[in-house]
Amino acid sequence: MKPTKISNPEYFHKVVDCQWACPAHTPVPEYIRLIAAGRYTDAYMINWESNVFPGILGRTCDRPCEPACRRVRVEDEPVAICRLKRVAADYKGEIDDLIPTAPEQKNGKKIALLGAGPVSLAVARDLMPLGYECKIFERDPVPGGLMRTNIPSFRLPEEVLNEECDRIINMGVEVQYNKEIKSLKEFLKEDFDAVFVGTGAPKGKDLNIPGREECDKNIHIGIDFLASVAFEHVKKIGKKVIVLGGGNTAMDCCRTAIRLGGKDVRVYVRSPKVDMKASDWEIEEAEMENIPIYENHVPKEFIHKNGKLKAVAFEKVKAEYKDGRRKLIPTGEPIEIVECDDVLMAIGQDNAFEWIEKDIGIEFGEWDMPIVDRTTMQSTLPRVFFGGDAAWGPENIITAVAHAHQAAISIDLFCNNKSLKKRPEPHVFLESTKMGLHEWSYDNGYAEVDRLAVPHADPKVTLADRKVEVELGYDDRMAFEEAARCLNCDVQTVFEEKRCIECDACVDICPEDCINFIQNADEQELRENIRVPALNLAQDLYVSGKLPTKRVMVKDEDLCLHCGLCAERCPTGAWDMQKFFYFGAQSHDGCKK
Amino acid sequence: MSFIKKPNARHPNLPKNKLGLTRRDYEGALSTLCAGCGHDSVSSAIIEACFQLSIPAHRLAKLSGIGCSSKTPTYFLNKSHGFNSVHGRMPSVATGANLANRDLYYLGVSGDGDTASIGLGQFCHIMRRRLNMVYICENNGTYGLTKGQFSATNDKESKSRKGVDNMFESIDLAALAIQLGAGFVARSFSGDKDQLIPLIRAALSYKGFAFIDVISPCVTFNNHAQSTKSYEYFREHNEAVGFLDVIPENEEISVNYAEGKSIEVNVHDGSKMLLHKLNKSYDPGSRRKAIGKINDSRDKGEIITGLIYLDQNEEDLHDTLLTTEKPLNQLKKKDLSPGLKKLRQVNKSFS
Repeated sequence: MKPTKISNPEYFHKVVDCQWACPAHTPVPEYIRLIAAGRYTDAYMINWESNVFPGILGRTCDRPCEPACRRVRVEDEPVAICRLKRVAADYKGEIDDLIPTAPEQKNGKKIALLGAGPVSLAVARDLMPLGYECKIFERDPVPGGLMRTNIPSFRLPEEVLNEECDRIINMGVEVQYNKEIKSLKEFLKEDFDAVFVGTGAPKGKDLNIPGREECDKNIHIGIDFLASVAFEHVKKIGKKVIVLGGGNTAMDCCRTAIRLGGKDVRVYVRSPKVDMKASDWEIEEAEMENIPIYENHVPKEFIHKNGKLKAVAFEKVKAEYKDGRRKLIPTGEPIEIVECDDVLMAIGQDNAFEWIEKDIGIEFGEWDMPIVDRTTMQSTLPRVFFGGDAAWGPENIITAVAHAHQAAISIDLFCNNKSLKKRPEPHVFLESTKMGLHEWSYDNGYAEVDRLAVPHADPKVTLADRKVEVELGYDDRMAFEEAARCLNCDVQTVFEEKRCIECDACVDICPEDCINFIQNADEQELRENIRVPALNLAQDLYVSGKLPTKRVMVKDEDLCLHCGLCAERCPTGAWDMQKFFYFGAQSHDGCKK
Repeated sequence: MSFIKKPNARHPNLPKNKLGLTRRDYEGALSTLCAGCGHDSVSSAIIEACFQLSIPAHRLAKLSGIGCSSKTPTYFLNKSHGFNSVHGRMPSVATGANLANRDLYYLGVSGDGDTASIGLGQFCHIMRRRLNMVYICENNGTYGLTKGQFSATNDKESKSRKGVDNMFESIDLAALAIQLGAGFVARSFSGDKDQLIPLIRAALSYKGFAFIDVISPCVTFNNHAQSTKSYEYFREHNEAVGFLDVIPENEEISVNYAEGKSIEVNVHDGSKMLLHKLNKSYDPGSRRKAIGKINDSRDKGEIITGLIYLDQNEEDLHDTLLTTEKPLNQLKKKDLSPGLKKLRQVNKSFS
């Protein structure tokens, strides 16, 4: 193999598994260290700059970072990254002075943002400090989009949501509420330099089986039901409730239902439980509230009598997997009839672009979705940009934020007549953490502690009031302990072959047997030849140039604990622990000279 | 020294030996020696060799004297028996222990000061007696604990870190060992585990006195440009003569070496040793030639490594003294006091 090019920032970026997995590339280990140091405000600000909604995401994020966490490979449980983010938000101090302000003198460009959900808000946040005039058009009377309508208050309290939405709007964003755009063709006649579509995927899927129309009064689309509850149009539900679907919306629906008077709330899923789309922790929370989940049940009919819903008929199936595809085969068991008063359908969401005319220059592709550039977020009509769920269908908040950063960069480049293809570079720093002979500016010891469970409020209280938050969050002591579990993967093992005397000290001390000095070969051969074969192909090998004995140093990045013992045992300083800071480019980097 | 504990976390795919243990189960405490010390690599080689031979930790006794090297038994096999004895007196303790319990593996670790200066007398006599043990001398040519004076094994041409000449001739421990009756004599280098680990495995499998002189650079006091015991000097002047490996019982010989000729050697416990000669004309079975070879290499400025001498008639002190087959702690009252009839027989034999 050729020597690893560590000058390419993406090499070390990939070593920081959590940050690499985060769509917005939040510098996770950096803010976790700040939390451990009690610097909650600083931890919050790093998050705010990177992911815009730390308080909201600290409660609701889909956490792509956690399954990626190195700790999962070293033991079982990842660091509670998401809930540590909440700690930063809960305990931060006064931050108003730290938030960038929009200049008095505007730059003369006007941007329209359709929808006041996370993606539009994040675009506005990125563009306001640059002098843009941003105007949001929102169908509902309040901002937040799905964060308000689809996420129940017992998971995300209104105050947290309002605080982070208001912080952006208070930069001077104009918002027109109760305004739904019905025709993009008409709207484009208005005087905007760029239009950003962040209208989400607002249409819940329906299920057309016998009895659907007759029972319409008691069959509700999940996301519409959650929105009605949020706006207090719906305050109660029948005693027996069936929730159809296995995603996070289904979990929110069933948990909301028991808070609105449901006594016998059940979830029915078509697939086996292991294939459920809901996050494990959301399933766990529903089960903790004693909501049963029935797998392998396909709804066949809504049974009604005198125009009133009586029950749902289910066919039992089993899953068969062939060539990576799943097939649900009926087991032949008798049809199961389950009585109910109401049904909540949470079986997926669709985009709804009836309001975008087909003759205005925006091309549509597969699934009737607009064609949007994966990097620039630009549609085929140059001044129209898409992001969030509106771009490629339902994702999550953190993905919407990542889209927003890219869209804001593009809009800024577009308004300055610059090429959108030339993307700004990330901010990267690499500096030694050496403080003394065996002292580093980070805590390099390996904390042998299990993941701490987040304490919950008394279920008697939370089940009685849908607005009481279930999770209490970590206290400062627990946050400190959990933060210590972070392996500091951003403190990189940097090897300088010129200094190496091949004494093997690093090989001998490495607790995970990552380091090898062997004959060079191609990657596959090297992966097999090292002390413990490197079977995780998703993780790179760090290869040095040729050493005096004609061998090379090969380090398998997979399980490195970043404990720094290799550097502590190195007599010549060939190994050094260097902090790698990576921060993705944002709108203000695009047109910099 | 490091302030943190070596993490207990370990690679989930670490190989396991016949006892179901991984290499890390043979580790000891975190080393307090200087970073980059050759001795740590020797400890690591010992760990690997014991792991590979599936030695149960409680069947091995590690013994040492005083010095940097003699500290190292703390850093490996922390579940084995250990005795950190008086300076240069490890051989006496090893002899006593071995006579009392012949069933254990005895692994002595010493340094060039402990072996070639204060303990030279003890070293000579334990070899004459062919005690069944492995004696490893971690040889760095300097007194590291007392800040870098020349030791008795420092080559005459090797200067101190500050450029001071060495006035005296050096002792070649391997040559001395061959002369005084050690049955297994090897020399290796702490920085070459591919050679060192098989040698330790072979030495542990050998019955009799097995001596390995390991050049183990002192990074702090003897690793400079004018030293003959530095990493760099050694790598430039190494002349490997033979390669040795142990093939455990019922295992196929699967190693293929590039050049030279391989010979199988039977070992008392049923396993085999594979001796691979890198130098065709060299015969490790002859004492005279072995000593000659050491001297020739030295004259050429080379350091001969690998298995230098092997006496295939494995014989140890117990064989010479005709001692009891059983360890003393297993002898029952009946064995120790065989009764009047036996006493009469014994008495009769004197008449």
